[in-house]
This record gives sequence, C-alpha cells and structure tokens, in this order.
Amino acid sequence: MNIHEYQGKSILKSFGVAIQEGIVADTPQEAVAAAKKLTEDTGTEWYVVKAQIHAGGRGKGTVTETDSRGVVLAKGIDKVEGIAKAILGGHLVTAQTSDTGKQVNKVLVAQDVYYPGASEPEEYYMSVLLDRSSGKHIIMYSPEGGMNIEEVAEQTPHLIFKEEIDAMLGLQGFQTRRIAFNLGLSGQAFKQMNKFVHALYAAFIGCDASMFEINPVLKTSDDNIIAVDAKVTLDDNALYRHKAYAEMRDKTEEDQTEVEADEAGLNYVKLDGNVGCMVNGAGLAMATMDIIKLSGGEPANFLDVGGTADAARVEKAFRIILKDKAVKAILVNIFGGIVRCDRVAQGIVDAYNNIGELPVPLIVRLQGTNAEEAKQLIDDSGLKVHSVILLQEAADKVAEVLA
Amino acid sequence: MSVLVNKDSKIIVQGFTGSEGTFHAGQMIEYGTNVVGGVTPGKGGQEHLGKPVFNSVSDAVTKTGADVSIIFVPPAFAGDAIMEAAEAGIKVIVCITEGIPVNDMVKVKAYIDNKDCTLIGPNCPGVMTAGEAKVGIMPGFIFTPGRIGIVSKSGTLTYEAVDQITKAGMGQSTAIGIGGDPIIGTTTLEAVKLLMNDKDTDGIIMIGEIGGDLEVKAARWIKENGTKPVVGFIAGVTAPKGRTMGHAGAIVSGEEESAEAKKAIMRECGIHVVDSPAQIGAKMAELIKN
Repeated sequence: MNIHEYQGKSILKSFGVAIQEGIVADTPQEAVAAAKKLTEDTGTEWYVVKAQIHAGGRGKGTVTETDSRGVVLAKGIDKVEGIAKAILGGHLVTAQTSDTGKQVNKVLVAQDVYYPGASEPEEYYMSVLLDRSSGKHIIMYSPEGGMNIEEVAEQTPHLIFKEEIDAMLGLQGFQTRRIAFNLGLSGQAFKQMNKFVHALYAAFIGCDASMFEINPVLKTSDDNIIAVDAKVTLDDNALYRHKAYAEMRDKTEEDQTEVEADEAGLNYVKLDGNVGCMVNGAGLAMATMDIIKLSGGEPANFLDVGGTADAARVEKAFRIILKDKAVKAILVNIFGGIVRCDRVAQGIVDAYNNIGELPVPLIVRLQGTNAEEAKQLIDDSGLKVHSVILLQEAADKVAEVLA
Repeated sequence: MSVLVNKDSKIIVQGFTGSEGTFHAGQMIEYGTNVVGGVTPGKGGQEHLGKPVFNSVSDAVTKTGADVSIIFVPPAFAGDAIMEAAEAGIKVIVCITEGIPVNDMVKVKAYIDNKDCTLIGPNCPGVMTAGEAKVGIMPGFIFTPGRIGIVSKSGTLTYEAVDQITKAGMGQSTAIGIGGDPIIGTTTLEAVKLLMNDKDTDGIIMIGEIGGDLEVKAARWIKENGTKPVVGFIAGVTAPKGRTMGHAGAIVSGEEESAEAKKAIMRECGIHVVDSPAQIGAKMAELIKN
C-alpha cells in the first residue's frame, strides 16, 4: 500500500527519524494557519508547499489548471495562500502520472531546511528494500541525492552503495559507520547520520514496510541529518498488525473500479485493451491476457477471481468488466482445481439473468473440477456463449469474434 | 522415484483441523497419499479424518516418523509453522499459505538456511508426484504417471501444463509449484536441478512470470548443465510495468524482469520457449518424440 509523504513522515518521526517538519492542509486558509504554527514550532520564515499525491517527480510536475509546480517555495507567510490555492484542487501531471494527472486534495506545508549556516547543505539518496535474490533487506544509498536514482545507476553506478542486513542480527554499528563514511561525513554530521540510519531501519521493520525511499536525505548547514521527502510503501500482508496504518489508505488515489473489485475479493487491474477476461489464478490470468494479444486483441483487464470463486463473486466480476465500454468480447478461462467449475457457471448464468442480454460475445472455457456439470448448466440456461475446451480453441475463438 | 515426495513419504498436515486443512488433507488421502497425521496445537490426542492429531510437529515426528509436512496455517502464523517444522527435523516443508508478511519470511529464510530441510512455497499449489503422492492442492485427476517434470510459480498454469501433457499422450513425474511470493524456499533453479538429476524425468517444463530473476538464473544453469529438453513459458508479456499482477512477486521493476527479456535469455540458453501457453504440451511432445 502506498501512502502520502505526510503520512510516511509521521511514521518515520514516530520511530525517531529526524524529518523536515510540516503540517498538512486541505485549504489555502489551513495552509496559512499551518505556516504560522510551523514558525512558532521551528522558527522557519520560509515554507515549502508540497502537493500530496501518490506519484514522484512533483517538483518538476505542472498543475494543469494553473501552471504551478507541484512543490513551491514560499519566501514569506504572505505567499503561502496564493501558492496553496494554485496547487489545491488542480491536477498535477508529473513524469510518473498519466497525461491527465492526479487531483491534489492536500498540501504539506513544510519548514524550509536549506537555510544558510556554517557548512553547505548536502543531499543524499537512501532507500530500504528487499533484495529478492538474497531474501534479505538492503539499504541502498548514494551521495548523489535529489536526483532520479535510475539515472544515477545508469551514469555513475560506482556512486551507488548497498548494505545487506542480517535478518537475525539486524543492522549493526559498523554498517551505519560505513554508510556515513561512504557519504563523506565527519564530526557532528557523521554522528547524526549513524543515528538517522539506525532509526530508519527500526522504522522499516517496525511498520512492516516493503520500501522506503528517502530522496533527498539532507545534511543541513548546521550538520543535522533529516528526511526531506519520504516515499513509504507498506506490506499489504502485514497491515492486519497495524490498524492505524491501514486507515492511511487513500482510495481517491486508486482506480475506483479497482477499489470496488478489491472490496468484492477480486484481484482486478484495469488495462487499455478490448477483450475482457475473467480467470482463476494470477499466473493463468496473465497467460490468458497474453493469449488474447496473440489472437489479435488487447487485454482490457487482469482479473483473478481467486481460489474460492462463487456465483456472487463471478457476477460481480462480470459487472466490473462490462463497465469498461471498450470491451468488445469477454473470455472466461477457469481451470477448476479448488474452484468448482459448476459454481463459476452458476455465476455466469446468474449474471446473465440479472444483467439481461450481454452486449458482447462471451467465450467460456471451463476445465477441471466439475467441468461437465458446468457445461450442462450453461447449455440449459439458454445463454448464448461460445463454449470451448482447449486453451488453443479459446485463442482461436477470440480471433474469430474480433474479426 | 521422482523427486521431493513419493509413495513412501510420511506426511503430516499443519493446520490439520481447520477448514482448508480438512478439505485438502481429505483430497490428499483420497488420492492415496501417505498422510500419517496432523498438527493442531491444543487438539493433540484427538483423531481427524481417521488420522492422529498432535500438539506439535516434534510430537508428530517422534510418534510417526514424518519427514514431509504441508502447511495450511493462516498467514499470521504460517512463518512460525515453517520454523517449527524445520526445527522438528522435517525434510520437505510445503507451505500453501498465501499472504505471509514479507518481514516474517525474511526471518524464516534466515532460520531455515541453517537447517537440513527444503521449503517449497509459500503461496504455492504444492508438490505432486503423479500416482504416488499429492502434497498440495492440485486437482489429482488431471495427472497421469509419466516422465515429464514441471516447475512453476503459478498454480492454475501448472494445472494447464499438466492437462496439456496428459492430453498429448504423456504423463508427469513430479510437478513442483514453487510459489509466487517475493521470498520462496525453493527457487526455479533448485527445482530444475532436482528434475535434471532425476532418472525418472525425461523432459522439463519451466513456467515463470514477470518479476525477479529466478527463471534467468535457471536458464543460465541449464545452458551449462542441461541434459534434457526444457520447454519454457513466461506469463505477463501484456502486463504493464510497475503494477503487481496478483502474485505479490509479479511486478516488473527492472529491464531484465519483463517477460520478453526473460524469454530472450531463456532462448539464448537453449530452452524451447513457447509464446502461447496453449502450446506447452505440443512443444514437449514434439521434442520427446524426436
């Protein structure tokens, strides 16, 4: 589950990670109040107003309606209202969003942390994630902060460092020292970096994150180390032990049909094609999408009805697929193992009876447990379907109805 | 003999008396699998499906000599169940459970690395040696004893391959569902090695999907060490980048993780890659007959 920057920072702070302080606001007026409070708390006189959406590249992104950037520096409290007004309610388009962008419902008003002082501020990159090939967590970091890390990896791979963490022992002192040395730190900043990395890893484990990306980590001019941005992804499978984090889910950031599918226990991803599909099992679902493409169509969705598909769920799946007006045909591909084909067939028949005439051709392949009973159910229903047995026949039939 | 499990395996079921455990243990027994008992903490001493129930895996091992365990425990407790089985000396641990937190699996993997056991899964359909032992949730009736081994991340795609092999007039030795999670006990490479060294297997079907580098590692090993024909399929050519497709591990996060990239590498390594999942059985039949 992805969460907003302000939520990620609140989690980091709760584990003792030093952050750029900020207050979230829903309206320009709230943004001004937030700025006043920040000045009381931190003494800052400049502010950074940051659009809160689930996508990166906000600083270089543009709000369609106003041409404002997604992250703007306010050099004085009198500038805050106007800046917030130009961002809130608009659609922010960044390199990571679609062309229509994402609507901004909240801004984070944050303290200015690039103030002048005894030393120059420095930016670093740091992330914590799972290295799938070793099955261990790693901290990946670079002195090239504030930049797109993919570009750093491509152009200057020697400036990316990795620290692998022993699952039994956790992060050790010699490791955080190595990180601080590799980042060229000494003195007070060195000590602060050690503290920062320990707290960051504790937060990662403590909140069951799948990924932290802190870009930039900032060394301030007075040698403090703080997280200026925070991209936090939480492990969905662990949310049951973090009820408060589960409530951080912002459904407005997600495709509404996908949210609806999720609530019905369906695993659905909307795609841009013309052939809808309903399949049991993620691997077979992807393979079915591929076969649609090989047959001359494009998959309109990924949809896994899961291992306990019953009639009600199948009907819901149909309704979700049919919402997409680009869909010109539907392919149902069920290999019954645990899932009984007759139950799926019942769902198809129920959907037919409740929805009425299906507006597009329906190709049904039911194989495995109770496939015969399923075929009988569909034959008796009067439902017009193209019934096939082999996967190849399903592919051929898709090509035929699209032609 | 096939690999991992056979008719002589002594199998226990963890999460025996739960609804999933009950249903699938029943199916396993019906298939003729040698289930010697089950574990449900607090229900030790009872009998379930005609088999003894034990409080702990170590009790079960002491009393029955079990060497294989299958786990149907809910995700919050499944990591613990795997470690319990490993600690009790179980040699092959098959974990069906889907949805185990990644951090739990990081610890489990570190723990079992020092134990003499093989973990299959989690989030997998299990292991099946046709005609001998069904240690999983695969539908038994689609299998026919034979000489084709199958390695797959996906459950239903395994069934698809099994069915095609049967319909093409061949049969299966062992089908290994390695699971679709980011951290799994047995990799594609390890499963392929087992089948490559199995004298009862003549050909191998390797089914993968987008995400990770398991198929690429297996392909590179096969290039150097392969002695049997391998048919490969990678699901997810049409999957958009950056999205998780059902399986937690099925996400393209780097160039080498896309289906096209994996297939290209597999072809370079001499694997017979099919673009259509409908051609898996036919391709193997063609290779075996030659």
